[in-house]
Order: sequence, then structure tokens, then C-alpha cells
Amino acid sequence: MFKNLTIRQKQIAWAWAFLAVPVIFYVVIRFYPTGNAFVISFQEWNLLGTRSWTGLDNYVKLWNDPVFWKVFINTFEYLLIGTPISLLISFIIAYHLDKVRTAHGFLRMLYFLPFMTSAVAMAWVWRWFYQPVPTGLFNNMLASVGIPQIAFLNSTTNALPAVLAPAVWAGLGFQVIIFMAGLRAIPTSYYEAARIDGVGWWTQLTQITIPLLRPTIVFIVVFSSIGFLRIFDHVFNMTTNNPGGPLNATKPLVLMIYETAFSSFDMGYAAAQTVVLFLILLVVSLIQLRLLRSD
Amino acid sequence: MLLFLGGIIMVMPIAYMISTSLKWPHEVYNVNLIPEEPTIENYTYVLEDGRFYGWFVNSLIIAVLTTISNLFFDSLVGYTLCKFKFPGRQIVFIAILSTLMIPTEMLVIPWYLMSQSFGWLDTYWGIMFPGLMTAFGVFLMKQFFESVPDDFIEAARIDGLNEFQIWWTVAMPLVRPALAALAIFVFLGNWTAFLWPLIVTNSVELYTLPVGLSGFGDEADVAWELIMTGAAISTIPTLIVFLIFQRFIIRGVVMAGLKG
Repeated sequence: MFKNLTIRQKQIAWAWAFLAVPVIFYVVIRFYPTGNAFVISFQEWNLLGTRSWTGLDNYVKLWNDPVFWKVFINTFEYLLIGTPISLLISFIIAYHLDKVRTAHGFLRMLYFLPFMTSAVAMAWVWRWFYQPVPTGLFNNMLASVGIPQIAFLNSTTNALPAVLAPAVWAGLGFQVIIFMAGLRAIPTSYYEAARIDGVGWWTQLTQITIPLLRPTIVFIVVFSSIGFLRIFDHVFNMTTNNPGGPLNATKPLVLMIYETAFSSFDMGYAAAQTVVLFLILLVVSLIQLRLLRSD
Repeated sequence: MLLFLGGIIMVMPIAYMISTSLKWPHEVYNVNLIPEEPTIENYTYVLEDGRFYGWFVNSLIIAVLTTISNLFFDSLVGYTLCKFKFPGRQIVFIAILSTLMIPTEMLVIPWYLMSQSFGWLDTYWGIMFPGLMTAFGVFLMKQFFESVPDDFIEAARIDGLNEFQIWWTVAMPLVRPALAALAIFVFLGNWTAFLWPLIVTNSVELYTLPVGLSGFGDEADVAWELIMTGAAISTIPTLIVFLIFQRFIIRGVVMAGLKG
């Protein structure tokens, strides 16, 4: 029967044969759960009892939950501190690394290595660095030059930046590589022309390099913002004795979702939080794309 | 010179992790990078305990199987969407790409409920199933199949190969660099994955390395030199792979970054 089909019909048959398993996968493992998350967010369910519809109750509860607002602010602190800092540092490194000829590959490797590490492993390494004397490396170093100890993870003001630092550190290598690819793509003739015109390096940087890097910058900003909004591994592993602590000072939205769903088993409430996370990610990426594309 | 210094600072945490894993307990609090009397005692201790060995094997099996599945399905779908003309092609492509907008965190609750009702909790399959295919992989592979000339495929058709053979024997070898880049990303992603394996596993034997390490560090009596050894065990394999395939991986990052 297959033999009687036209060439075009055979093509269509082959295409759908190839796509059959993947289409089922995307429907069952991606689309159905997405819809399901929305549905559960309108229900009350503790995983054991019955599910009941509660309308917008979970969202109202979220709006009136002081912990949620603390977590919301924390999540944006990770984003608003992490993204500009990592963007600036990685640009400076890439800009200079691009000009270096000697040991270029070796230097690039040094900056890239942290990207290859596991967030969980590195969270524990940094957690050790932050311990008070006599355990922690940083405080030991401070003590040896006579500077008083710093409470890194036990202070409500220091803990969030302390948790953010390894996340920024681990992501730099990736951003440096992407920036360097962007820098390579700028034609050298632009710089030669500028040099002939006697234009200084600052003008070259602001008039040629940065404008032509716009697509790269857009990509890195969106990519790293999404990463910081979804931060979890670092926070969870650096504060396991009191997840998100002290006093919720480091708790991001994903950690709140994890605890609501898998410690308190409040599935409906957790699902409502995931919907909020989804909307935040959507809005942030749309705003950034719009802002960076205009003008 | 400053760049060199910066680079050294960047690798310091990794260096300290490795150096501390080679130190005796009494030396852990010494800020010297080079251990006075290096020892592999910590490694023997941690590996003889058996748990780390098991977690290592779990992570390896899961990361390898997921990578194979992704290479196969992502490129099959990417190829089909690129080289076949059929009604619904555009819809399938957009539908798959649209899943990139959905954060994993939103899916974990439904996945957990699904795993619970199908008995997938605490199984390899349960850990793996969400990651068997990725939209990013489909997109990457589709981009690369664009560079395979249609003439090659026509010629293979005239030679009497069927469509599956054409994809597997003609098109696939031509996109090897893309497959390598995809393999690295999927492998690394699954090797370091934490949230979903943490949720779906209950028994210590089924933990992956990150989940195991996380719990191991929390045991009150565990010493830092042992935690650093555990961290090193979960990091050193990827570092070795990186040092061997360095150029390749960096090219892959650039390709994936710019295409994605």
C-alpha cells in the first residue's frame, strides 16, 4: 500500500513517522503539565486529601503573604545586583583578553573553568570559605592580617551577596566567551578607519564596539537575568541548615516553591507561585528585548 | 598581567577544593594552598563508604542515557523540520520552540504528580524522563541541518536509500560538530542537575551526585575535608573532559550561544 503513494505523500508519511514519538513527548511532558500547573493553582490540595476548587484563593493568599513579598524582593535583588555586575566584569575581561596574544588560550581557560563546575559542589566550597574562624578560609585570611571577622552567611545583610557571589563567579566564563565571539565579529576595518582618523580608544569603545555588540549584550542580559531569577542550587546548598535564611534573607522564589510543594505539601499554593514565576520571567524577557532593541 | 591575576583568582575556589581534599583533617584550617603532607586518605574514605561511588554511577548512567536520547531525537526532529515539506511543519516547530518559555520550576509539580501515579518516583526513568528531548536541541540541530545541501539528500534518494538511512548515514555525519556541542551541553546539564533529581528521588541509593553531595554536607559530623573530596569527585571528571576537549567545547559554547 505504501508503494502506491505519490512521492509527496510518502514524504509526509515519513515526516510524521519521525515526529510521532517527539510529538507525544512534547504534548505529555511539556504541554499537559503546563496546563496542569495552571489548573492546580486554582485548587487546594495537600497531596493526600481531596482536591477542591478554590478559585483565586491561592493568589489572594500569595498577595497577602509577607514571606512572598520578602522572597519577591530577594529574587529581584539577585537579578538587579547579579546581572549588571556579571555583565560589566565579563565585558572588561573579554575586551582585554581579546587584545592579548601571549598565553591567550591559557588565560581563556582560567576564566572558563568555573563554568564547568557543578553549582552544588561549588556552593559547598564557598560555604566553607565563609565559615567563621577557625574553619573558614576568608575569615582565617582576615584574622592573619588582624582584621575582625565578617559574618558572611549568618547576617541578614551579608548573606544575600555572599550567596550571589559564587553564582556570578560560575557564570562569568560563559559570558566572557560569548562576548569574545561578539568582539571577533566586528570588522577590523572599522577600527583601522578610526585610527586613521585619530580617534581615541574611548571613542572607539563607545562609538564602534558597544553599538556593534548590541545583539550580544541583549543575549547575555536576557540569559543571565533568567538565570538569576531562577536561582536555587546555590542558595539551597549554602543555607541547608536553615534554607533561605537567616530570616528569609536569601530565599528566592524557586526555594519558596520547593518548600511549599515538597515540605508543606501545599500543592495549590505552590502551583500559584510557579505561575507567578512564569509571568515574571515572561515580562522581564519581553521588557528587556523591547528596551534593548529600540533606539 | 592583571588578566593573569584575575584568572588565578577565578580558579582559586577550584584549587582550594582540590587542595583541601588532599589534606589531613588537622591541616584543613591552614590557608596554604599546597598541602604539607598530601594524602589520598579522604578519597579512599569517601569511596569506601560506597555511597559516593553509587551516586557517581547513577549520575553517569543518567547523563549518558539522556545525552543519547537528546542526540537522537533532537536531531531527528530538527532534520525533519528542516528537510521535509509537509502540512503542519510550521506549527510543530513553533509549538516545540514555545516550550522554551516555560520554566522547569512550573512543571516540577505536575511531573511529580505524574511520576507518583505511574510509579516513576525513585527510579532512573523518573529522573530522566523530563529531559529526554529539549527544544533548544531541536532548534540548534535544525539550524545546522540548513547547511546540509539538498542535493546530497536527493542523490541518496536516487541511490535508493530510505529516508531513515539518508538521515542517519548521509545527514548526521555532516553535522558532527553540532552533535558534539549538543552532547556536551546535555551531558553537563544532566550531570549537574539538582532540583528535579532532589524532588523525584527518596532513597539514598538513587541520588545523583549533586543530591548526594548536598545531603552528605549536611550530616553534622562530616568534616570539611570530606565535603571538599565529595565536591571534587563531582567536579573533577567534567574538568578533565574540558581540558581534553577544550577548543571544541569553547567553539560549542559560541555556536550554541549565538544560535540560541
